[in-house]
Amino acid sequence: MTDATANAPGLPGETHDAPVRASKSLYELDALTRKRNASELRFKSYGIVAVLIGLSFLVALLYAILSNGSVAFTQTFVQVSIPLDQAKIEAAEASVVKTTAYNALIDAALQEKLAAAGITTDMKPADLRKMLSSGAATQVREHVLKNPGDIGKTVSFDIYAAARVDGYLKGRVTREALANDKNLDAAHLDIVDKLLDKGTVERRFNWDFILGSDASDSRPEKAGIGVAMIGSFYMMLVVLFLSLPIGVAASIYLEEFAPKNRFTDLIEVNIANLAAVPSIVFGILGLAVFIQFAHLPQSAPLVGGLVLTLMTLPTIIISTRAALKAVPPSIRDAALGVGASKMQSVFHHVLPLAMPGIMTGTIIGMAHALGETAPLLLIGMVGFIASNYPDGVTAGFLSPNSAMPAQIYEWAKRADPAFYEKAWGGIIILLCFLLAMNIIAIILRRKFERRW
Amino acid sequence: MKFKSLVSVAALAVAATAVSGVAQARDQIQIAGSSTVLPYASIVAEAFGENTDFPTPVVESGGSSAGLKKFCEGVGENTIDIANSSRPIKESEVKACAEAGVKDIMEVRIGYDGIVFASDIKGNKFAFTPADWYKALAAEVVVDGKVVPNTAKTWADVNPKLPAQPIMAFIPGTKHGTREVFEEKVIAHGCKDSGALDVFKKADEKGAAKKCLALRTDGVSVDIDGDYTETLARIEANKNGIGVFGLSFFENNTDKLQVATINGVVPSTKSIASGEYPVSRPLYFYVKKAHIGVIPGLQEFAQFFVSDDLAGAKGPLAQYGLVSDPELAKVQADVAAGKTLGK
Repeated sequence: MTDATANAPGLPGETHDAPVRASKSLYELDALTRKRNASELRFKSYGIVAVLIGLSFLVALLYAILSNGSVAFTQTFVQVSIPLDQAKIEAAEASVVKTTAYNALIDAALQEKLAAAGITTDMKPADLRKMLSSGAATQVREHVLKNPGDIGKTVSFDIYAAARVDGYLKGRVTREALANDKNLDAAHLDIVDKLLDKGTVERRFNWDFILGSDASDSRPEKAGIGVAMIGSFYMMLVVLFLSLPIGVAASIYLEEFAPKNRFTDLIEVNIANLAAVPSIVFGILGLAVFIQFAHLPQSAPLVGGLVLTLMTLPTIIISTRAALKAVPPSIRDAALGVGASKMQSVFHHVLPLAMPGIMTGTIIGMAHALGETAPLLLIGMVGFIASNYPDGVTAGFLSPNSAMPAQIYEWAKRADPAFYEKAWGGIIILLCFLLAMNIIAIILRRKFERRW
Repeated sequence: MKFKSLVSVAALAVAATAVSGVAQARDQIQIAGSSTVLPYASIVAEAFGENTDFPTPVVESGGSSAGLKKFCEGVGENTIDIANSSRPIKESEVKACAEAGVKDIMEVRIGYDGIVFASDIKGNKFAFTPADWYKALAAEVVVDGKVVPNTAKTWADVNPKLPAQPIMAFIPGTKHGTREVFEEKVIAHGCKDSGALDVFKKADEKGAAKKCLALRTDGVSVDIDGDYTETLARIEANKNGIGVFGLSFFENNTDKLQVATINGVVPSTKSIASGEYPVSRPLYFYVKKAHIGVIPGLQEFAQFFVSDDLAGAKGPLAQYGLVSDPELAKVQADVAAGKTLGK
């Protein structure tokens, strides 16, 4: 302020240390004004630089996610015609590990395929099979179990290529990189190149990545995020159906009915503090209360949902109270004035007007919960878990499952670089969900929010 | 009024799930524990789900100690059935288990895991001995019969035959089972081989072994508490780094890493099985016997895990990097007979 008064030109009574001015015209800037303008300009440029730095981080992040993750949505398939010989299938079904016994069928078919394509190789059949997924036998067996009528016929399969062959088509694996690799040789890639020319090896969009279940460490090419997505869905159901009613009821009571005294003040401070508690704390609480004390099943989306409900509640209460506060008192006064009871005024008038704000807060809170990994670590939802589709709604809540962020974390830890690629792909799917939820929140706010 | 119905629907839904939760029995095997065993357990679990009528067991990670702690929480459907471990169960853990009612524990050894030292593929080649590692990482070393603080800066300072590359080691943190193996098979051996143990013993007979395991804290050895992927990321960021990995992890990343020899032996499933390569350890899983017959498929799973088709020398586990157990037949017989610890 002293700056401004000192600078006002030709002010009467201007005496002490004001700088000597060369001119009194407003069109000619004096030194101090120039200095002030320059500092304003500097500040604006700092701001722009800050925005640009933020933007460049965002661009770098999006670029990294998209360039690393987009390849996860495609997969290489090898077309092999396999004669489903009855005697061989019966022999395979009689062994302990039936799926590996089916490899005999695949080996023979693969040899034939190469011979038909005019490719000669001195590799042993078992070595040659390394270019296919180790889940190939399972793929064939599942087809046989589903279509017993096909036994005795020759069926054409699109078999998953091994992760390293897939990586070769995606540019991740090179011949030099395979020098010390015991899982694949450069010779395999020569065969792949020739089959590519024939058009029987093909890379295309892979729905199983989005809809499928997790796969073990030996077959990264078959891993999908679908089952974990279902786990996340059931967890979000629990969060929605618990945290919305509890949160709204708590905030209506605190905002509209509760007397203002030390006790309610204490509750208010505690809710604000709870919102800042690290999520891992809720995880350990969930382990102690829901699993060890209440004996709920481990790794179940129900428990995950309960833990995330605890985490989301403060967020919902705070945003609901803000929405209730934003409804002007005149609405309440008018309702009470025409004889409505306190409860009628709240439920008929205040709550509907606050609903858009409450919904926005709930969706933001749930989006936060959807991306949470830390509490799930402690209640057993990270690992090789998302391998079975839940059969039915009850199983959806209670049978062990993972969640999308937990699945991504698990993939990022695994040894094969192909899982790392899957992790980036999973991030893209998770981001799509978060984006969709945020857009719904924005639309609700834009469309229904009323301002006074 | 809409709001009221919403509340009642939510309350009903919660009540319904709570009631059905009590009614439903668990039909899935639950496993937790060592992250080293996790890949093997997941391969077996997947195959088990595909080849039997039982659902695929779930395998959680979290570390050997955490898994065994969970295992010893008690008996019942909401406790785990199997704990994976990269070290044998400790006496104290058996005691804790017994106190919680977990009395009959089946110990199953699935094979051996090699621990390797690997560095950036474009960097120098290394041929170590345990004594090199001891002299590089120990807090105090013996020079001309005197105990002095370790000041070695490059590997050449430790052993003139090694390249003059700054010492930078990424070793597993203390929560990992791998750390114990590293200390026991590498540092303690190196301490003895280099003669430092004898000098320490002269000063303090009892504390000598412990003194051997004291590592430098001046930043040349970094504890990695995360997984091997973190160690790999550290080496990619610092090309001078040498990391401790499991053999199977190294075999999956041969495009980025090269492996060092120990006493002139290249680690491989073969050299580990024959005992030539010195740094290896057995891997186990522990089965709660009280759950057999209660949780469907538990006994079948244990037998399936150690069957020749899976844990044998040509099975998928060996293909992934497990060194198969030369005494697998004995393990199979013990599992089939349901032999428990201490009996």
